[in-house]
Amino acid sequence: MDFEYFTQLFFGGLTRGSIYALIALGYTMVYGIIELINFAHGEIYMIGAFTGLIVSTVLTMMGMPTLAVVVLAGMAAIIYSCAYGYTMEKIAYKPLRNAPRLSVLISAIGMSLFLQNYVLLAQTSDFLPFPSLVPEFEFWEPYSHILTSPELMILSTTVVVMILLTILIKFTRIGKAMRATSQDKMMAALLGINVDQVISATFVVGSATAAIGGVLIASHIGQINFYMGFIAGIKAFVAAVLGGIGSIPGAVLGALVLGWTESFFTGYISSDYEDVFAFIFLVVILIFRPSGILGRSQIQKV
Amino acid sequence: MTAKQELKKSIIASVWFMFLTFPIMVIKVNTVTHTIDWRWHNMALVGIGSFFLSMLWRYLLKKKEEGGKKDKKAGLSFIQRLLQEKQFALPGILIITLITILFPHIFSMYQTNIMTSALIFVVLGLGLNIVIGLAGLLVLGYAAFFAVGAYSYALLNLHYGVGFWIALPIGGILAALFGILLGYPVLRLRGDYLAIVTLGFGEIIRLVLENWNEFSFGPSGIKNIPKPGFFGIEMSMQTTTIYVFYIVVLLVVFTIFVINRLKNSRIGRAWVALKDDEIASQAMGIDKAKTKLRAFALGATWAGMAGVVFAAKTTFINPASFTLWESVIILCTVVLGGMGSIAGVIAGALLLILLPEYMRDFGEFRMITFGAVLILMMIFRPGGMIEDVRKTYKFEK
Repeated sequence: MDFEYFTQLFFGGLTRGSIYALIALGYTMVYGIIELINFAHGEIYMIGAFTGLIVSTVLTMMGMPTLAVVVLAGMAAIIYSCAYGYTMEKIAYKPLRNAPRLSVLISAIGMSLFLQNYVLLAQTSDFLPFPSLVPEFEFWEPYSHILTSPELMILSTTVVVMILLTILIKFTRIGKAMRATSQDKMMAALLGINVDQVISATFVVGSATAAIGGVLIASHIGQINFYMGFIAGIKAFVAAVLGGIGSIPGAVLGALVLGWTESFFTGYISSDYEDVFAFIFLVVILIFRPSGILGRSQIQKV
Repeated sequence: MTAKQELKKSIIASVWFMFLTFPIMVIKVNTVTHTIDWRWHNMALVGIGSFFLSMLWRYLLKKKEEGGKKDKKAGLSFIQRLLQEKQFALPGILIITLITILFPHIFSMYQTNIMTSALIFVVLGLGLNIVIGLAGLLVLGYAAFFAVGAYSYALLNLHYGVGFWIALPIGGILAALFGILLGYPVLRLRGDYLAIVTLGFGEIIRLVLENWNEFSFGPSGIKNIPKPGFFGIEMSMQTTTIYVFYIVVLLVVFTIFVINRLKNSRIGRAWVALKDDEIASQAMGIDKAKTKLRAFALGATWAGMAGVVFAAKTTFINPASFTLWESVIILCTVVLGGMGSIAGVIAGALLLILLPEYMRDFGEFRMITFGAVLILMMIFRPGGMIEDVRKTYKFEK
């Protein structure tokens, strides 16, 4: 077996996996707190990418230097994704806090459909070319045949985001409140935690990581369209389930495993059924280990 | 709350939405020619729209909260009461029968064709209603069963010359088998997992149909599927259209009959019990696995039969007719109409399929409206347009 081909696939899978991880984090955090699979999460990621594209194009035309464009476009994408995540929660989920799960789920599907078509109508149904925001690093030149600069950028951003997120959850006040709420909502409320606020904060944080993922992958692949959130969302969901939904390290691990398997599968076997593969993977996990790699199995009580 | 506070809240909402929709609604960049299109009028629209909508939103939410405290049983809607009245049943059925018999003779062929498609969606809606409305299993890949039915007729006919009437039950049975195939691994899963897995299943079927050229002829689909025959008599284009219309009507009637009987049967009650509380119903001796599999199989059967009819009606099928959107539209008909309610699902399907047909300009806003409808229905009227009235058993002393 060709070793160089193998390393290429390995790092390709790693990059892919870290993008999935950024999106999967949002799923897993929201699930951990309100036990809802946020169907519209992929759409937030898509909106992040669109905002990034629009802002970066406008700024480039105004003649800003590249570095400023990258930073400002990234910031705008994050801010807008957070705002969308927050508003989405207020409109589609908050009024249904005590409703049956089926209602919330249908409302989430509606939200996903709404946001997709909103972007389709307001922007375009075509693929838009996305400028490569990441410059080629000179110092990285000797290694770029294995791992390109954008890929390096994706990997390092993911690592930084993971570290920041861990700090946020482990050591800050709001992180503590999040952990408390996910353990027992009623008890947390009794102890003076504003549960609604914590849920909003979770949506905002999850949306921010999705936006980072959106901008990174868009600039890596080079094109976006309104439908990109759907398949990425599904794959991130598979990753979250694989790692054990509700568990943050699990989401990262699951995403990396999915990224590698996909990369090797398409590299050595066939690329026609790439998307089918993720679904089959999901079904197989759910049959043999429904709680995921790092998840704890829950006992349902009356 | 005073009017001033209301006004302030609406202004905040309006400003917030103007901010929120700013990049997507206002700016449109052309990355090829490097021009920017500033559409400020959209911002004004969003501002004014969200100002009034937020008022309406808060008013409705408040009303809902107040309404929740009242006795729920008191307010059966007009249509529900109408449906329960025995004296209207016979004349009602007669009128509907008369209209359906005369329909293809009064209206043009085009209208009949549209009505036929709408009725196919009625069958699909009623079938999905078994799975979602009665058994409470959210299936998002329902179009896959529809595809199984359509492709089984098309392929059987192509390779073995199987006729429509033989293919109809075969399509149903094959779809039921696929239902069991899908149902078996997902039995243990709860609501949201189930939704995603079924969605994945639907996509798998579609992608396989698209990629497996030797089997399904790929994206180009299958052409020249024969229309249903009637004892070998040659029929003109127009009579065939009318004939297909009547077949679909019969299928709808048959579906209504079966589902109505199912609803009050042992299986139907087991479904409703499982939907309400799995553990309690298992403790009462309901076999969870068998009952759920039955729901999957029966729900899929109708989709399979509808698929056979669809293939015969359009005479051409390709994977593009069985995407996730079809599943979502069918889901919408069930949710809008009223989960579990037969009359509701029929009304929902007719409304959702016929309305966009007659309002062509509205076409591009179709999916976005569907999305909004799903959210709003869940928040303000979770029971749907015509809410299902459950049979209650009273204990008499």
